Amino acid sequence: MTDTAAAPKKSGGIRDLGKMFGGGQSSLRQFGILGALIVIILFFEVATGGQTLKPGNVINIVNQNAYVLILAIGMVMVIIAGHIDLSVGSVAAFTGIVVAIAMNRGGLPWWLGVLIGLGIGAVVGAWQGFWVAYVGVPAFIVTLAGMLIFRGANQFIGNATTEPVKDDVFLQIGGGYLPDPDLGLPYNVPTLILGLVAVALVVFAEFRGRARRRKVGAEAVPLWVSLVKVVLLAAVILFAAFLFAGGRVGTSFPIPGVILVALVVIYAFVTNNTVTGRHIYSVGGNWHAAELSGVKIKRINFFVMMNMSILAAVAGMVFISRSAASGPGDGTSWELDAIAAVFIGGAAVSGGIGTVIGSIVGGLVIAVLNNGLQLLGVSSDRVQIIKGLVLLLAVGIDVWSKRSGGRSIIARFSRPKKVSATDDNMTYPLNRPLVEPGDSAESSSRPSSTTPNA
Amino acid sequence: MVDAPFILEMRGITKRFPGVIALDDVTLRVRAGEIHSICGENGAGKSTLMKVLSGVYGYGTYEGDIVWEGEVARFRDIRQSEAAGIVIIHQELALIPELSITENIFLGNEPKTPFGSIDWSTARLRARELLQRVGLRDDPDTQIKNIGVGKQQLVEIAKALNKNVKLLILDEPTAALNENDSQHLLGLIRDLRDKGVTSIMISHKLNEIEAISNSITIIRDGHTVESLDVKADGVDEDRIIRGMVGRTLENRFPEHDGSGIGDVFFEVRNWTVQHPLTTERLVAKNSHFTVRRGEVVGFAGLMGAGRTELAMSIFGQSYGTVLSGEIYKDGQEIKVPNVAAAIKHGIAYVSEDRKALGLNLLDDIKTSVVSAKLSKIAPAGVVDDLQEREISENYRKELRIKTPTVDEGVNKLSGGNQQKVVLAKWMFTDPDLLILDEPTRGIDVGAKTEIYGIIRKLAESGAGVILISSELPELLGVADRIYTIFEGTITSEIRAKDADPETLMKSMTSDKKKDAA
Ligand SMILES: Nc1ncnc2c1ncn2[C@@H]1O[C@H](COP(=O)(O)OP(=O)(O)OP(=O)(O)O)[C@@H](O)[C@H]1O
Ligand SMILES: [Mg+2]
Repeated sequence: MTDTAAAPKKSGGIRDLGKMFGGGQSSLRQFGILGALIVIILFFEVATGGQTLKPGNVINIVNQNAYVLILAIGMVMVIIAGHIDLSVGSVAAFTGIVVAIAMNRGGLPWWLGVLIGLGIGAVVGAWQGFWVAYVGVPAFIVTLAGMLIFRGANQFIGNATTEPVKDDVFLQIGGGYLPDPDLGLPYNVPTLILGLVAVALVVFAEFRGRARRRKVGAEAVPLWVSLVKVVLLAAVILFAAFLFAGGRVGTSFPIPGVILVALVVIYAFVTNNTVTGRHIYSVGGNWHAAELSGVKIKRINFFVMMNMSILAAVAGMVFISRSAASGPGDGTSWELDAIAAVFIGGAAVSGGIGTVIGSIVGGLVIAVLNNGLQLLGVSSDRVQIIKGLVLLLAVGIDVWSKRSGGRSIIARFSRPKKVSATDDNMTYPLNRPLVEPGDSAESSSRPSSTTPNA
Repeated sequence: MVDAPFILEMRGITKRFPGVIALDDVTLRVRAGEIHSICGENGAGKSTLMKVLSGVYGYGTYEGDIVWEGEVARFRDIRQSEAAGIVIIHQELALIPELSITENIFLGNEPKTPFGSIDWSTARLRARELLQRVGLRDDPDTQIKNIGVGKQQLVEIAKALNKNVKLLILDEPTAALNENDSQHLLGLIRDLRDKGVTSIMISHKLNEIEAISNSITIIRDGHTVESLDVKADGVDEDRIIRGMVGRTLENRFPEHDGSGIGDVFFEVRNWTVQHPLTTERLVAKNSHFTVRRGEVVGFAGLMGAGRTELAMSIFGQSYGTVLSGEIYKDGQEIKVPNVAAAIKHGIAYVSEDRKALGLNLLDDIKTSVVSAKLSKIAPAGVVDDLQEREISENYRKELRIKTPTVDEGVNKLSGGNQQKVVLAKWMFTDPDLLILDEPTRGIDVGAKTEIYGIIRKLAESGAGVILISSELPELLGVADRIYTIFEGTITSEIRAKDADPETLMKSMTSDKKKDAA
C-alpha cells in the first residue's frame, strides 16, 4: 500500500479542542453555539457600555428566564424522542392557578402546594403520555389539544382572574436568593462557596475521568487539553460566582437559578449516562431498530411526555412565585420559546439528536438577546423580528454546514494533511478523522428505504 | 468490445471526507455498450466513486475530471447527471415507502395532461409496462412499504428504465435478490446492453460478475488496483479475489465435521403466524423445527417464503400475530411475548435490513454495539461508558471492523462494516440462539469468510445458530442441517452434507407433495 492515503497527525490541536466537549457526535455543534453565546454576550457588553455583565442585570437574566430554561430541559427530551409538546405553557398556567388557589383560599402550607403542583404535572403528563404512547395519536395533536384544554382549565378554575400568592416560603421559590449573612465582605459568601464547590467538582470529574480512561487503556485526551478545559471552565464559573455575589445587598445567586442548575445536572446525567436516556435517543433515531433491540418504546414515549408536564408544572410554580400571582395569561407562548431554545441548541426536527446542555445554551442565547436588545432600548416588536431571524439563522447555518460535505465550520480550518502513519491492527494506513464530522443522518447522502418515525 | 470508444473516463478522482480520503487518484474507463464491474472490499470506495460520478457528491466536492461522452462533465447534482443519461440505483434503495409503485417510478418525472396536472392513467399504464419489463407482477398501486426489499429493487430498476438512460449504475443490485430474481435481473442488464445501454455494476457476488461483465476495475482502499478485460485476461473468481484482497483465499467455508453438536435445546412446535395486514394470509403454517447446541441450522427458501417472518415471530412476536404454537428451550416451554423477553431468553435476531431495522444510524459504533443489552453494563441503570468503550473496542478488533475509532458514527461506515457492528451488537447479548437473516448480504468475500468463521466459533461455544440465506452455496458450506421453506410451510429437512443445490431448490419451490413422497 502506498502511504499517500490520508492519515492525519494523531493529535491535531483543533481535534483535541473538540474533545473538550466530550468528542461525541454533537459536541462540535455545541462548541459552535457556545461560541455564538459568548460573542453575543461580548457584543452587548460593549454595545451597552458595560451594562450587560453588571451583577444586577445578570441576576435579572436568570430570574426572567429560569422557567423557560426549565421547560427547555423537558422539551429537548421530547424532541429527541421525535415528538413535540405545545401544551407546556398552558400546563404551567393550569398548575399555577390550582396551586395559588389551594394555598391562598385553601390555606394549604407551601410544601403541600408544591406537592399538589407536581402531582398535577404528573397527572396531566400521564394523560398526554397515554394518548401519545398507548393510543398512538401524534404528540403534536395531543398537545395542541392540551394547549386548549389546560388554558381553558386555567381560566375556568381561576374565573379568568388573577389569584395572588402570599406564602412567604413559596415566594422564595421564584423570588428568593441564597442567604446573605453580613460578614463585612463586598461579596455574598454562600454564592462564592457554591462557585468554589462547582469548580472543585469540575476538576474532580475531569481528573477522575482521565484516571478511569487510563485504567482501561482508552485513548486519553492530552493533559494540556484537560488543563485548558478545567482552567477555562473554572474561570467562567468563578467569574459568574463573583458577578452573582457582587450584586446589591440582599441579592445573590437566585433560587430559580439553583433549581435550574440542579435540574440541568440531573437531566444531563439522565440523558447521557442512563439506560433510559439511551433509550430516548434510540426511539427518536430509529424506533424500528429500537423495538427490535428490546426497547419498550411505549414506556419511553409515555415517560418523556409525562416528564415534560412535570417540568412544566415546576416552571409554572417558579413563575407564580416570582410574580406573586397566577393569572389567566400566564405561560402564553412559552412553548415557542422552549422549542426555539432546543433547536438553536442543535436538536434535529426529525428526532434522535439534541442535548440538555445545548438547549440551555440555546435558551441563554435567546435570553441574552432579549435582555441586550431591551437594554439598548430596542422596541419589543423589533426584538421579536430579531429573535425570529436568529432562530432561522442558527438552524440554517447548521443545515448548510452539514450539507457542504458534513464539515462544521471548525473542521474547515483543519484540512487533513498527508502524513503517513501505520496503525496497530490494520493492514493499511488508517483514515483517522481530525474532527468528529458534523452529525446526523441529514448530512448523509445515503437515502434510507424507510422513514423510521412515520 | 475492446475497440469500442470510451463513453466515460474518470481521471484522478480524489474524494475526501472530514479526515478520511475515501478515493485517492482513482481512474475508471468504461467503454460504450459494455457491462463494467467494480470490485473491492467493503469500504474500498466503490459506492463513493459512483456517487461522485452521479453528482450525489457534486462538482467541486472532489478533485479530478469526469469525461462523459468526450466532454468534461461537471454534475452539480443528480438531476444534471440524469439529464446527461446517467442513472444510479443506490445500494440503499431510495423509494418512498408510503407512496405506490407508480408514484415512486414517476416521482419528479410525472407525465402531465395538457392542463398540467399529473396524468395518472398514462402513468399507471407506463408503470405496468415497466414492471413487466423487470418481471414484477404486482399491482402498480401497491404501496412500496407492502412489498419486500427484493421487489423494491425491481421497482428501482423500472424507475431507472423510465428515464432516458445511457449509463446505468447499479450498486449491489442483486444483494437482496434470490437466485432466480438475480438471474432475471442480470438477463435484464444484458438485454439493456444489447440495446446500447452501458452499465456499471458493483457487486460482491463474484460469480455474477464473472458471468456478466466485459471488464472489471478493482479498487482497494481508495486506489485503483487494476483494470481487467474479462475475455482477454481470462478472468475468473479467484483472479478477482486476488486483485481485491491481494492474496488468494484458500477455504471460503470453515471446516466442520459435526463433532461438537449437542442435544436439541430449542424447539418450536405448531407455529402458525398470521400476516399483520391481510389476516387470511398465513406466513407460517404449523411449523416445527429444532436446533441443537453447537449446530448451525440453515433456512432455505425463496424470497417471500416466510423465513424472515418465521424468525421475527419467534423473536418476541415482532412480526404478525402468532395464532398457535409453543417454544421450548432446554425442555421447558418459554413465553416470548416481546423482544425484551426474547433477549432475556437468549434469543438474538440479526435483521436482513440493517439500515431500517438493525441500527440507529445516528448512533456511533460503541453505542450501537451495547444497545441490545445495556443492562449488562449498566447495573444500576447508569451506563458504564468505559466498559462500553472497552467492549466495543474488543469487538472492533475481533470482527475487524474497518474504522479509525469506535466513536465513529455508524452512518459513516461502509455496508459490510455496518453489518459487523450489527453482529457485534447481538453477540454482546450472549445469545443461546442466534438467528442470522441474510448476514452476508452486500459483504465482500474476505469479510464473508470472516463472518462464517464467527458463526462457527459461536456454534462451537455452545450456541445454536439459525442461518437464513438465499445463497445456497453459503447454506451448504456453513450449515449442519437445512430446512427448506415454501410459502410458509417447512417442506423438508436435510443434513447439509447430504444436500445439493438441486434437491434444495426442488423443496424450496414446491409444496408438500414432494414432502409426502
Ligand atoms: N459520508 C461519509 N463521511 C465519512 N466517511 C465516509 C462517508 N461515506 C463513506 N465514507 C468512508 O469512505 C470509505 C468508502 O466507502 P464506500 O461506501 O464507498 O465503500 P464501498 O466500497 O461502497 O463499500 P461496501 O462494499 O461495503 O458498500 C469508507 O471508509 C467509508 O467509511
Ligand atoms: Mg457500497
